[in-house]
Amino acid sequence: MAEVEGANAPLCVLDGIVKRFGDLTANDHISLSLRAGEIHALLGENGAGKSTLVKILDGLLAPDEGRILWQGRPITLASPEDAATLGIGMVFQHFSLFDNLTVAENIAVAMPAGVGLRVLNKRIMELGERYGLALDPKREVWTLSAGERQRIEIVRALLREPKLLILDEPTSVLTPQEADTLFATLEELARQGCALLYISHRLEEVTRLCDRATILRGGRVVAMCNPREETPQKIASLMVGTAIPPLHDRDNRPADVRLSLRRLNAAPADLHGIALKDVSLDVRGGEILGLAGVAGNGQSELFEILSGERAAPQRGMVLIDGEECGLDGIDTRRRKGAAFLPEERNGHAAVGALSLPNNVVLSRHATSDIAPRNVIAFDRARAFSDAIIAKFDVRTPSPLAEAGKLSGGNLQKFVVGREIIGNPRVLVIDNPTWGVDAGAAVLIRQALIDLAAAGTAVLMISQDLDEIFAIADRIAVIHHGAVTAPRNVRTVAREEIGLMMTGGQGASHAA
Amino acid sequence: MRLELIPRSDVSSLQRTLAPLWAILIALLMGGLIVAFLGRSPLAAFKVYFLEPLTDPWALQELAVKATPLIIIATGLVYCFRANLWNIGAEGQLIVGTIFGSIVPLATVGMESTPWVLPVALLLGALGGALYGSIPAFLRVRFGVSEILVSLMLVYVAELTLDYLVRGPWRDPKGFNFPTTPNFESFALLPNLASEGRLHAGIIIALLCAAVTWFVLNRTLFGFGIRVAGEAPRAARFSGFNANRMTIAAFMISGGLAGLAGIVEVTGQIGQLKPAISGGLGFTAIIVAYLGRLHPVGIVFGAFVIALTVYGGEAAQITLKLPLDLTRTFQGILLFCVLAADALTTYKLRIVRGLHA
Amino acid sequence: MIGFWESILLTVITAATPLLIAALGELIVEKSGVLNLGVEGMMAVGASTGFAVATLTDSSSIGVLAGIAAGMALSLIFALVTLGFAANQVAAGLALTILGLGLAGLLGAKFVGTSRIAIPPIHIPGLSDLPGIGKLVFGQSPFFYLSVVLAVGVAWFLRRTRAGLSLRSIGENHASAHALGLKVLRTRLLAILFGGACAGLAGAYLSLVYTPFWSPGMTAGRGWIALALVVFASWLPLRVFLGAYLFGAATILQMHAQAASMGLPSQALSAFPYIATIVALVLISMRRVGATPAPGSLSTAFVPPR
Repeated sequence: MAEVEGANAPLCVLDGIVKRFGDLTANDHISLSLRAGEIHALLGENGAGKSTLVKILDGLLAPDEGRILWQGRPITLASPEDAATLGIGMVFQHFSLFDNLTVAENIAVAMPAGVGLRVLNKRIMELGERYGLALDPKREVWTLSAGERQRIEIVRALLREPKLLILDEPTSVLTPQEADTLFATLEELARQGCALLYISHRLEEVTRLCDRATILRGGRVVAMCNPREETPQKIASLMVGTAIPPLHDRDNRPADVRLSLRRLNAAPADLHGIALKDVSLDVRGGEILGLAGVAGNGQSELFEILSGERAAPQRGMVLIDGEECGLDGIDTRRRKGAAFLPEERNGHAAVGALSLPNNVVLSRHATSDIAPRNVIAFDRARAFSDAIIAKFDVRTPSPLAEAGKLSGGNLQKFVVGREIIGNPRVLVIDNPTWGVDAGAAVLIRQALIDLAAAGTAVLMISQDLDEIFAIADRIAVIHHGAVTAPRNVRTVAREEIGLMMTGGQGASHAA
Repeated sequence: MRLELIPRSDVSSLQRTLAPLWAILIALLMGGLIVAFLGRSPLAAFKVYFLEPLTDPWALQELAVKATPLIIIATGLVYCFRANLWNIGAEGQLIVGTIFGSIVPLATVGMESTPWVLPVALLLGALGGALYGSIPAFLRVRFGVSEILVSLMLVYVAELTLDYLVRGPWRDPKGFNFPTTPNFESFALLPNLASEGRLHAGIIIALLCAAVTWFVLNRTLFGFGIRVAGEAPRAARFSGFNANRMTIAAFMISGGLAGLAGIVEVTGQIGQLKPAISGGLGFTAIIVAYLGRLHPVGIVFGAFVIALTVYGGEAAQITLKLPLDLTRTFQGILLFCVLAADALTTYKLRIVRGLHA
Repeated sequence: MIGFWESILLTVITAATPLLIAALGELIVEKSGVLNLGVEGMMAVGASTGFAVATLTDSSSIGVLAGIAAGMALSLIFALVTLGFAANQVAAGLALTILGLGLAGLLGAKFVGTSRIAIPPIHIPGLSDLPGIGKLVFGQSPFFYLSVVLAVGVAWFLRRTRAGLSLRSIGENHASAHALGLKVLRTRLLAILFGGACAGLAGAYLSLVYTPFWSPGMTAGRGWIALALVVFASWLPLRVFLGAYLFGAATILQMHAQAASMGLPSQALSAFPYIATIVALVLISMRRVGATPAPGSLSTAFVPPR
């Protein structure tokens, strides 16, 4: 087999990788090369194709086209075990740990059979010293912080002596101090000759840590650069694009503030949650305020507190029409004129096993006449449901069909319609057109514009910058749990937004 | 080689209703095989077990009497099971119901006819069961402790408490040292509905419970919340239902109905308290609940099927000398078949050669 | 009075032994994440089959093996339904109990009324004849020594072996275990079969040593006690040993309680372990909200993601 010789030959080369899922091309002829001892960043928004690419490298998915060269030779990876044997290790964003077992046991169980427990303990201590990964083998995992738990995952990977270590959004759950410790570890690993592939959307880290960066957008490589030599603006614009937003005719009559967040601080609800930091925001009647941001920066936490599924920590942090409502339940807030639509259609905004009329009961029993005195009047629910179907062009096999039978776009039209009919004073909507066909997306966006025109205050959380630029009046960015001051969509540059989304200049202004 | 489960995308409600019927059919076939193994004619056994009781009016009454507590308990279990709350302590809640419910009847032994004793007994029975059922609910809500384990432990405690009471402070002093309480007076007993036969008013209570449960589950917001909580907890929260309050309510209703079933049994056909008051009704009711697919109408049907097997078993023992254990065996096979049929309506089964999971 | 206490201790040992064996089996099952409520049923078939086969072959040893096999066969049905069909474990366990009790009655019907010579306790010349402790330590039933070995063996297996670690991980979090490549369903199948074998063995002890005959209902709820025992012991094998003896002692003491009027009714004594179990569960949960010594995946079905 001919081998590529040379001291500086790349360790791993991805050559023209293509991966499709149905109509979607997640990876479109992606090529990149990784050298031993370098820390290489993989940048991109959600949906850019990073996860798919990395799953291919880890042996979880097989590419449709293209090849992987390892130390000059083409290889096939049939499973993560293949990848691990070869020398590719991966630290996932979500950990596979066992809370009631000790650190040592958690590591041992991930090792292939044949490694004695005592030998293992010794190697854990050695690795700890060498790379600054302090771990007490006897502690039970449930007592550990996120950073310490991540160390277990890193040690698991390092014990297989990888030549390439892939890390997927490693700092998403870490405190700044823990992140510093992690960076020191990674730098030491690189010094010892390991190649590192660092997936992130956080520019400040990438600039600090990485020698080279590959930027993905829409499944393709759009650029490769040295992050320390480029301006953050340049990189951000590569990530999000520079398309000039189409202007839309909007008559921006200034109106009263309808929805207010005042210095909202909230601790994360669980291990993988994000803390909300001093969030202040005003949404006025008649406007659509778009909240941009890469997923996982606190959007879900914010939505939960806005909707009332989770109570605000104190009074006075969430106000509807000037009235405190942060401690109210979701139905009380609905009665005060607010409506909410979460991101997840299946099992949150709607229940697939229930019929459409029953899905109307789900969120409208408090704000309509369909359940007088807590008894469901099915005929009224049916009439309501039929009205939604008619008004929002919902294609359904039957008016009584189970919600799960509708296509994504049609179900989304239905649930959007369900919240909008009745003209709420405030609407908080999370990713209104995620996973929805183009036709349905257009209809939904127009419905939101019309709603705002009628005087509603709309807060739209979205990962789709195009969408925000298309229909919002103002735009703010959420990053690491903090929200920037909103800017007028017509006057802000798209690159500026991209910069804020990646934590670059101009981030974290409290209103 | 392993079995692989692939979720089915399209399951009609007809298929769902037919599934338990298929299960019964297959269980009958297996039961027939066992009967043949025991050296008797399967057809004759089928006749005695299932057909003859249905043609004899006295037997039909017995079926109703046996089905009564099963219906009441199983409808109570629906509130919990549909919300993914595993109340397996219905047996204990039933026993506590018999205890609470027997206080007034025992206090009025030897007194003049008093019409309010019976309704009070029934109410207290339900109350006792509800309170006992709230214990696992409270512990789960407050401390996150498994309701399965707590409700199971409480069954033993209830059994022992009853044992203590009937052997000790509540024992009939004129009872020749048997561990039973005095007999209730007739005004503390449920009225008989038939001139000949043991059918008592408990069946009306049972059918009422089933009807009310059907209404609550399908027509009220509370029942809606129960169904959503079991299907999609996040959606239930989005819908404004409080999971903790729902847990406590479901357990109290379930416990209350189990307690009611207990006191109905006592005031309906037993007329006193003794140690083995229930004989596992709380557990048999779980089979009934599954057989009825957690639906009040199905439960009434399922309760009669189980009652039929019990009665038929007693008859078969006399006429065909078939052991009573055959009934239990059949019930076990039936439940397994129901579980398998249920799984098969949700999943497609495939045998795959390859690695084990 | 040594003789009195010695005889009490002997009865406690005979009461505790079947509980211990059955509970250890169920411990392994639950540690792997499966809740099998059918212990009573498997014990019953073990007793019935064991006695029947022992009578037919006139060999108690073969009877014991038959009892073990019967328990395993029944547990296989449970495994098929809960692992293969991903059915609800609570319902399946109850079905197993009822089926087991019924089948046990059917199988043992012909043998009711007959009896065999009980399997004798061991006798080591010299040691067993020592005064006082001789019979106690060296003259017990072979099942007793087996139960001790089993307890130590299960503890060692769980704590110190790789396979035991895998089993505990699967019970703790089957999704993570699967992600790491562990064989969830196969491990659970083996665990369930082991539990069936132990329950069958405990049943065989009852009909071939304890009584020694078969009569319907002779298991008398011991299977349910074994279930409670596992929870009471916080899923720790050596605590199961202690708990079995506590429960056994409570049963024996209750039988003598009529005489000893300690002010407390005998039923309170019997109820104490169950109440203590609940209290223990609450206390552990208070240490960390929602924490439980129970295996994290206990009683949840695992359907391998495709």
